[in-house]
Amino acid sequence: MIPPEFDYHAAGSVDEAIGLLTGNPGEAKVLAGGQSLIPLMKLRLASPKVLVDISRIADLSYIQEKGDWLVIGAATKVNDLNDSKLVGSSYPLLADAAAHIADPLVRNMGTVGGNVCHGDPGNDLPACMVALGAQYVVRGPKGNRTVPASDFYQDTFVTALDPSEILTEVQIPKAQPGTGGAYLKMERKVGDFAIAAVAVQLSVDAKGTVTRAGIALTNVGPTVLNAPKAAASLLKKKPSDADLLAAGKLAAEAAQPTSDLRGPADFKRGVVQTLTQRAATLAWSRAGGQR
Amino acid sequence: MSATVHGGIGQSLGRKEDARFIRGKGNYVDDIQLPGMLYLDFTRSPYAHAKITGIHPENALKIPGVLAVVTGKDLDAAKLAWMPTLMSDTQMVLPIDTVKFQGQEVVAVVAENRYAAADGAAAVDIDYDPLPVVTDPVKALQPDSPLVRPDKEKKSNHIWHWETGDKAGTDDLLKKSEVVVHQDLYIPRINVSSIETCGCVAQFDAMGRLTVWMTTQAPHAIRTVFALVAGLPEQSIRIISPDIGGGFGGKVPVYPGYVVAVVAALKTGHPVKWVETRMNNLMSSSFARDYHISADIGCTKDGKLTALKVKTIADHGYADAAANPSKFPAGLFHIITGSYPFQKAFVEVDGVYTNKPPGGIAYRCSFRVTEAAYSIERLIDEIARKVGMDPAEFRMKNFIPPEAFPFQSALGWTYDSGNYAGALKLAMKMIDYPALRREQAERRKKGEFMGIGISSFTEIVGAGPSHTFDILGIKMFESCEIRIHPTGKVMARFGTKAQGQGHETTYSQILATELGIPAENISIEEGDTDTAPYGLGTYASRSTPTAGAAAAVAARKIREKAQKIAAHLLEVSPDDIEWKDYKFQVKGVPEKSKTMADVAFAAYTNPAPGVEPGLEAVDYYDPPNMTYPFGSYICVVDIDKGTGQVKVRRFVAVDDCGTIINPMIVDGQIHGGLNMGLAPALYEQITYDENGNIRGNSFLDYLVPTSMESPHWETGKTTTPSPHHPIGAKGVGESPTVGAPAAIVNAVIDALSPLGVTNIDIPIYPWKVWQVLHDKGVT
Amino acid sequence: MASTAIPRLTSPLPIKGAARRIHVTINEVDFDMAVEDRTLLVHFLRDVLGLTGTHIGCDTTHCGACTVLLDGKPVKSCTVLAVQVDGRKIRTVEGLETGGKLHPVQDGFAAEHGLQCGFCTPGMMMTAVALLAKNPNPSEDEIRRAISGNLCRCTGYMNIVKAIQHAAKTQGGKS
Repeated sequence: MIPPEFDYHAAGSVDEAIGLLTGNPGEAKVLAGGQSLIPLMKLRLASPKVLVDISRIADLSYIQEKGDWLVIGAATKVNDLNDSKLVGSSYPLLADAAAHIADPLVRNMGTVGGNVCHGDPGNDLPACMVALGAQYVVRGPKGNRTVPASDFYQDTFVTALDPSEILTEVQIPKAQPGTGGAYLKMERKVGDFAIAAVAVQLSVDAKGTVTRAGIALTNVGPTVLNAPKAAASLLKKKPSDADLLAAGKLAAEAAQPTSDLRGPADFKRGVVQTLTQRAATLAWSRAGGQR
Repeated sequence: MSATVHGGIGQSLGRKEDARFIRGKGNYVDDIQLPGMLYLDFTRSPYAHAKITGIHPENALKIPGVLAVVTGKDLDAAKLAWMPTLMSDTQMVLPIDTVKFQGQEVVAVVAENRYAAADGAAAVDIDYDPLPVVTDPVKALQPDSPLVRPDKEKKSNHIWHWETGDKAGTDDLLKKSEVVVHQDLYIPRINVSSIETCGCVAQFDAMGRLTVWMTTQAPHAIRTVFALVAGLPEQSIRIISPDIGGGFGGKVPVYPGYVVAVVAALKTGHPVKWVETRMNNLMSSSFARDYHISADIGCTKDGKLTALKVKTIADHGYADAAANPSKFPAGLFHIITGSYPFQKAFVEVDGVYTNKPPGGIAYRCSFRVTEAAYSIERLIDEIARKVGMDPAEFRMKNFIPPEAFPFQSALGWTYDSGNYAGALKLAMKMIDYPALRREQAERRKKGEFMGIGISSFTEIVGAGPSHTFDILGIKMFESCEIRIHPTGKVMARFGTKAQGQGHETTYSQILATELGIPAENISIEEGDTDTAPYGLGTYASRSTPTAGAAAAVAARKIREKAQKIAAHLLEVSPDDIEWKDYKFQVKGVPEKSKTMADVAFAAYTNPAPGVEPGLEAVDYYDPPNMTYPFGSYICVVDIDKGTGQVKVRRFVAVDDCGTIINPMIVDGQIHGGLNMGLAPALYEQITYDENGNIRGNSFLDYLVPTSMESPHWETGKTTTPSPHHPIGAKGVGESPTVGAPAAIVNAVIDALSPLGVTNIDIPIYPWKVWQVLHDKGVT
Repeated sequence: MASTAIPRLTSPLPIKGAARRIHVTINEVDFDMAVEDRTLLVHFLRDVLGLTGTHIGCDTTHCGACTVLLDGKPVKSCTVLAVQVDGRKIRTVEGLETGGKLHPVQDGFAAEHGLQCGFCTPGMMMTAVALLAKNPNPSEDEIRRAISGNLCRCTGYMNIVKAIQHAAKTQGGKS
């Protein structure tokens, strides 16, 4: 399998990359790690005439806490999340997800920016970002703008990103004491896109009462799905088994799965329910909640 | 202390072939680069059934580097558009006017390099008129079904009917049986998915001699097929199987790519390479299984088996291109009576055409043996449950006893040797079966779903005796040619061809023991039809039963001659010489002896009077019978109620393959075979929608298990040698693929049996389990 | 058979007029080569440089037969463009043996029968080399996770796990 011909450009800066995108309207695609784009091109399902490689741009690869945010550069490799002590110790939701994106080799090329802005409902990081309340810094010909993750995803492969824009940074609210998250993913086999996956991020007070909740779902709809009712149902509670079950049911209701090779829709709803219960349980205990 | 020879039978000798593989110096087909070599790629059909109304290669031919296109009409002019199958059917090389399955090769593009070939294949425009499609073999048998093969005289999708056994007697005995279980089982279409796909490089030299480097498990058979089909003189054809990246039966058939590469090499005067992509491989290389089985099994109320009746529909796709060298259209499916002495049995199978790729092949077993073993071992569990007996106890009660061998099965096979109870006892001990049953009872009280599954399978391998097996009339013997050089070093050549089995090592070990020459001094060569003796190749676990036997017999021929030379050297009569402790000794005077190396030197420098010089032998071995490896497997699964996910917690495999040549290699073969038993039980299948669109044509959806799905296999051995094999060996590479699926499925059904579940068709995906749990109100 | 011209066989892969030059270090040797933009790294290694130990098994980034080390990290070379590795270091299976001495991972695979047909083996070994460099004493579970992007059809993975454990042991916990 061989990609069709294209012209490759290694951009030296974000502005140069934006210039290339603007100069080749409708024909240019950003190449970061290439782990989604190159397979599509080999299958000849995508045939951009111009590829703009942003992986050589200095300072697009970092994971650090800055002010109120954990900021992650768009070209950061997914495996850098796995290797990051900061992520491992303070952002368990991200750590869970990063360990289950594709396979370890793909994670060495695939980037955080690519995963969050590709727009495939099977990508794992978007649900994490929605649950975490993250926002994306996007730069285009007119400069920077910030888009909340929950507003970013519009349809399958359709995002708030304009073709002339580049996502440069992911900003996640800085972990505070009493926060915790979990990402549970059910796959047909390791390395697969999810049958369904659930991201849960909770904040609890000293008594273990939930003060903030985010729940989002992977691969059970045209895009990542926010499940605000499920999240809201946990607020002001030290969630009991019945509360967790209720949250699971609300998440299942929020899912919009279709029947496919991964299973029928009602099964996927059932999986969402189960994974939500379990992820919420884990997130609550990671946040410091105790029975 | 008895004498030993380095690398002899029974030693875990490190593999000789590894030296090149661990350095990345294996020589696979796609590694071959010849000066001036061209590349071949195909434009394939997007339709499962359609009339071709126009082919427009112009855009492809405009692409720099694209040299030529080849169509079915071009091949038809040379009478090569169709080729025969081993099953007296015909299949297309390239279609003249109609395509029969999605992904079928339609137009070949020849180009200077693989990039231009791919561009060219994408640029060929083909006009189609879609035709009605049938993908379900049951629907295909209905009178109003679209006709898949109107070229056939018989205007029906029914290909053949085959039956064996005593129909009336079986019906009668089932009627009289106190307990009868009926069970339908579907064994889906799967693909072997060796990590290397298929490919070849074809080259004609200036003398018109054809050399084809090819991913084939049977180079000599291919040479003869090419000679018969293309009309080339057989001495002008050389087939070379270089290193092969896994076969499992998928590299037995002749595929259109091989034929077109040869034609393209002839027409262009350049070497031509064709290598499949994975997607092409999943779409058009030969499938396995696709058996729709309906069975009745009977027993007495105290659990003594009586009769077995099996009706099966075999979906062959658009051509019966089965790689089946037996005289039975359903291969060895009538091994389905398994490890049990049924009084009566009857099997019938109907082959059917559908708009799917042609086939099939075995997927790491003798043809249709997994289908048989899976069916009987599933049925045994269901009837044991109905009688209310533990499945282990039920099997113990019914096994063919060791003293009954050789045993004539109800469907006519003569089993060579076996100790089925011995294998099951060992497996139960290894896994502590009683403790597992106690744990299961505890867990059931807590509402948990844990299952224990047993499979006590009997295999049939080593094709095969000439009365039952042939390829185009060529008997299924196997060959070994041994040359001992003057310095006592050995070159041995075989008609088989390894694809990972380690023949270079195990054959050396047989010869080391038989010749008294250390394995390190023995070189093994296979796969080049110019140098190797004629043989039928490697599949169906036949290499050790047939070529391994040929090695021993050829070595014994050498010993016979060598004994005369040794007698000459020791100045005694040959009758006074005995072969003992890997040496020729004067009887009763062990200090007077000659080694095989001594004799070899003398054979070239000082042969006995009247003895011709040299020390060589060749043997063509026609096995007197098949060999019947067996084993007992026990699998433990835990089911996640919330998701339906099945987790294999433990898997104990006790195998008996007769005499073990290399324990390390045998263990490795078993691990790999188990993984290919796990695969169809829980992960792999290829399906089609009603329009014949393939679902799952890449490794995204064709779920080859990774290191995470594959459990930590636990293996055990019993040894019951084959009485008719020269060294008592039976063959092992496929037993676990045959035996494992039923153990896994039996474990899942055992877990769910309190809910009244009696079957879930494989692969048991989580959604199927979840649906059962959901329907029963558990989830 | 419709055909055009006689072949112009100058390179095993196409190189357009405006080909790009890349500078890449492969197994410690520097190369300065012209490639077409769309050339996949695996084809560059195999067809241009003749380093055929790196294999192609699936085309869709699933099997890992094409695994090489890119600046020390295992990646699937069928899903990397040759132009993407300009200025970087590649190590392939051919670069494991140094000074006539096999890498402990190569020894481990032979000693524990960690290979059968040998086709997945180079990729599997490259992943193992990277794992041990990062984690000199991996558990069975860590090994299984690390190699979960490399498919093997022959071994059932058991002896691959043992081979990597063997290598870890002979490396003495050092990479």
